[in-house]
Amino acid sequence: MKHLIDIKDLSTQEIEDLIKVAEDIIKNKEKYSEKCKGKKLATLFYEPSTRTRLSFEAAMLELGGNVLGFSSAQTSSAAKGESISDTVKVIGGYADIIVIRHPKEGSALVASMKSDVPIINAGDGGHNHPTQTLTDLITIQMEKCRLSNLNIGICGDLKFGRTVHSLITAMSRYKNIKFYLISPKELKIPDYIKTNILEKNNISYIETKDIEEYLGDLDILYMTRVQKERFFNEDDYIRLKDYYILNKEKLKKAKEDLCIMHPLPRVNEIAVDVDEDKRAAYFKQAKYGKYIRMALILKLLEIE
Amino acid sequence: MNIDSIKNGYVIDHIKPGKSLEIYEYLNLGNLDTQVAIIKNAKSKKTGKKDIIKIDELLDINIDILGYLDPNITINKIQNDKIVEKFHPQLPERLINIVKCKNPRCITSIEQNLPQICELTDRKNAIYRCKYCEEKVQKPE
Repeated sequence: MKHLIDIKDLSTQEIEDLIKVAEDIIKNKEKYSEKCKGKKLATLFYEPSTRTRLSFEAAMLELGGNVLGFSSAQTSSAAKGESISDTVKVIGGYADIIVIRHPKEGSALVASMKSDVPIINAGDGGHNHPTQTLTDLITIQMEKCRLSNLNIGICGDLKFGRTVHSLITAMSRYKNIKFYLISPKELKIPDYIKTNILEKNNISYIETKDIEEYLGDLDILYMTRVQKERFFNEDDYIRLKDYYILNKEKLKKAKEDLCIMHPLPRVNEIAVDVDEDKRAAYFKQAKYGKYIRMALILKLLEIE
Repeated sequence: MNIDSIKNGYVIDHIKPGKSLEIYEYLNLGNLDTQVAIIKNAKSKKTGKKDIIKIDELLDINIDILGYLDPNITINKIQNDKIVEKFHPQLPERLINIVKCKNPRCITSIEQNLPQICELTDRKNAIYRCKYCEEKVQKPE
């Protein structure tokens, strides 16, 4: 039985296969509409999420399966003090596959160690968010037609932004990737990502505070939100939340075929006037996310 | 001060002065029935002072942990009054319930009965990371 806790759990070949299946789903939706008939997916969301949870639920429903679950810790037995281990043992008796989001780092790994059914990590605090990464990878593949030879700018909260950590880990497998890590010094990428991923794989990277400095070099600009829920101190959040705002004016310096991505939700880091720009790919990205999650559910349930 | 030599057992030598009690605790030597001697601040040609622990039995002890606590330690295995093996402990691949992850965002801070597991991610620099949250764990001073 396979789980998806960290994007590293999937080989390059497996990722390629998932993207191929997702592309096939996009082209032949009808063919997949009853693949998961009689199967149930449980969503255990201990912290708020709209799109990830709904994306998983939509994915399972489009595969002909059913969904159950909870969407906040207050409405779950966690409020009574139940451990994650006990919760997944119980839910494993009700569902065929479990999607978990929890604010604590490593929570999904703990769930997978105790579960009798496949576990998908839908975000464990500021740590990993592998299905967002799969979403990002299929978006890059669909929009740029390649996963190698890319200059990738990542901007905003690189410290707590779990999507960023997973994306860097995943893209480090491909050839000729260069990262431009754009953040204020308080939100710089953690050292374990630099040493364990970037330096270990000889991936070149530049750290900068200035979003405009390298904008003209980028093939992909991945914007992120400064997340209020990751701060213990509200003053720090208020000070940093408006640090980067991408707008039409700044984009004049960018390549014509730049691909602008964002895991969403955005607050104000991408001005609304960018939405109409043909380089804006973030709403398409959200849609691709559902298809790659459909492909993942099929893989983990071992359905051909 | 005289401490009897041992016939069969271990001499854990070159322990950093003051660390012997910590090692005694980590190895659970307090639970043994056998004779154990702790010598603090013994004279050392190399470092001036050192601690030594003598265990008067060839037990199955987890010596790997010593490599994590103090890589300069020497372990002498003694059989029939003779040193038959002398070695430095290696860094173990995993530490289980030895160090606690201090990351307040880690699942280990709330989940009950979860073993504290740290994995060696960089042998050259002796860096261990929490298995769950991947934060670097601080080595005891």
